[in-house]
Amino acid sequence: MTAKIAYAEVEAGTELPARTFPVTRATLVQYAGASGDFNPIHWNEKFAVEVGLPDVIAHGMFTMAEAIRVVTDWAGDPAAVVEYGVRFTKPVVVPNDGVGALIEVSAKVAAKLDDNLVRVDLTATSAGQKVLGMSRAVVRLA
Amino acid sequence: MALDQSFVGRTYPPTAPYEVGREKIREFAEAIGDANPAYTDPEAAKELGHPDVIAPPTFVFAITFKAAGQVIEDPQLGLDYSRVVHGDQKFAYTRPVRAGDRLAVTSTIEAIKSMAGNDILDIRGEVHDETGEHVVTAWTKLVSRAPEEVGP
Repeated sequence: MTAKIAYAEVEAGTELPARTFPVTRATLVQYAGASGDFNPIHWNEKFAVEVGLPDVIAHGMFTMAEAIRVVTDWAGDPAAVVEYGVRFTKPVVVPNDGVGALIEVSAKVAAKLDDNLVRVDLTATSAGQKVLGMSRAVVRLA
Repeated sequence: MALDQSFVGRTYPPTAPYEVGREKIREFAEAIGDANPAYTDPEAAKELGHPDVIAPPTFVFAITFKAAGQVIEDPQLGLDYSRVVHGDQKFAYTRPVRAGDRLAVTSTIEAIKSMAGNDILDIRGEVHDETGEHVVTAWTKLVSRAPEEVGP
């Protein structure tokens, strides 16, 4: 594990570079194939509406995968992430309009722990709604 | 229907090993749009101290969730999967998953709760490689929504 950020360089409140991740229906089909999650709520609008959703929604695990990129890009080595957890609070709704949705992710160092570890709190929103709650990673810095 | 509390603590047999391939990791990294070379270039991964390409942090979910199928589809437990949504997900890593790993998952039911008619099931998946070394633990909270609209 070779993080490019030094523990001594960060403090509680240090912000990580924020990112915006686009997601379209094509993204969801590709993610379904790669992850093996073919639940039709992620690609079939008729089915999604029938089960009470406003439209097709992104896989929660897709959103979770995008959010941690803010941390792995910052740390350099993805293996710096030693813990990562989220709560799925609201779905990311992905309309079939050729534009799709945006997942906006920001993160900051919430606490410095022992052993060169820091806790990073993440915020992920889409269409103004918080889509992840309790989203936290523990990261080992250099 | 409330789930049987006596299932709390039940551990299912380890799964047959899942062999992690470089191209499967590449496919997953491309699907999440992540161009980090540690996922696709063995030399870049070696520069970071890894013996082969590593997988993005959430890659292992596909393996642990498939293993959790033993729990979800256990007819004795009686979970109505058509009403299940993913509530929480957490991972704790001893090391990253990497190409060449042969991973077995042991699933345990950690908790069963009933709230406002919803069944809430916590499943822990312990992932070990073929030498028996711990790689990652995954905690998955599933919520089976009540058949009628009961509460939030």
